[in-house]
Amino acid sequence: MARVLLNLPRSAARGAVIEIRTLIMHPMESGFRPGTNGTILPRDIITRFTCDYDGEVVFQAELSSAIAANPFISFTTVATESGTLSFTWEGDDDFRQTETRAITVT
Amino acid sequence: MKWLLLLVSVAAAEPRSGALDMSRELQAMQADDSANPGMLWVQEGEALFHRAEGRAQKACADCHAGLAGVATRYPAWDEATAAPIDLAGRIQQCRAERQQAAPLARESEPLLALAAFVTRQSRGLPLAPPEDPRLAPALARGEALFRQRRGQLNLSCAQCHEERAGLRLGSALIPEGQANGYPQYRLEWQALGSLQRRLRNCMVGVRATAPAFGAAEYTEIELFLARRGAGLAVEAPAVRP
Repeated sequence: MARVLLNLPRSAARGAVIEIRTLIMHPMESGFRPGTNGTILPRDIITRFTCDYDGEVVFQAELSSAIAANPFISFTTVATESGTLSFTWEGDDDFRQTETRAITVT
Repeated sequence: MKWLLLLVSVAAAEPRSGALDMSRELQAMQADDSANPGMLWVQEGEALFHRAEGRAQKACADCHAGLAGVATRYPAWDEATAAPIDLAGRIQQCRAERQQAAPLARESEPLLALAAFVTRQSRGLPLAPPEDPRLAPALARGEALFRQRRGQLNLSCAQCHEERAGLRLGSALIPEGQANGYPQYRLEWQALGSLQRRLRNCMVGVRATAPAFGAAEYTEIELFLARRGAGLAVEAPAVRP
């Protein structure tokens, strides 16, 4: 499991704009480097990030080479209902990690 | 009189943390624990600290409760080897002797993570190198290494980080080279690295032969840097370009 830092409010007023910040640790092999035997090491990066708010996609990003080894993604959404925000990172070599956080909307 | 004043001001110059001369964006990144990538290693280190390891099946946390202030006192004198030892070295030693676990290599992710977790607990506390007379010879060697010209470029640490600190090398600002932010996250590395890795970086930069990680030379320079930066607040994990 990759280490993740998530920063978002636990509660918010209905209709408020909330800021969400995410950071994930990933080995990140660029796919351009030769290994010790001279062959190119296969690429191993995060290619997609998705944030679901109660099953509805509210933010999505596609990532490619030369962005960051440990991508920091910051975005905003509107607090509509109390529910669950889930964050999914997907990448090469079937990498997939999901974290969830509950939010209370008043 | 003017000269006298100048001398006085040089002698009284306080060490200056490199963070003060970073861009506002980098300072903000370092200050915010949810944006500072070094915190990923701190988190990893916390998990490792509480995990039972080795034949002794002991976790670091079984013996050590709080370690606030500990990192400010390294490098310190090690009775067992009768030599100075830095924090990473102490963690390696503790792991080998008390946990009886497989050794962690210098600059390996778990060792960096543990060092980051321990050093983080001293954040904000002033560097307080031990006043141990047994450290004096190594400290003197460290200062000599700091002032020794080396490599094909024939430069010493002091020529940049003392005589030209605050000036520019190309577009980059030359910092004082203070050691209060290590282990530190460099955007260039896209990873956390130790002070030894940073020293190696500079040595390769002046085209000198860099000693292997864990060599006594590094600990001696670390010892001198700690003395020179005494009083600076620990910032680890710092963020640098």
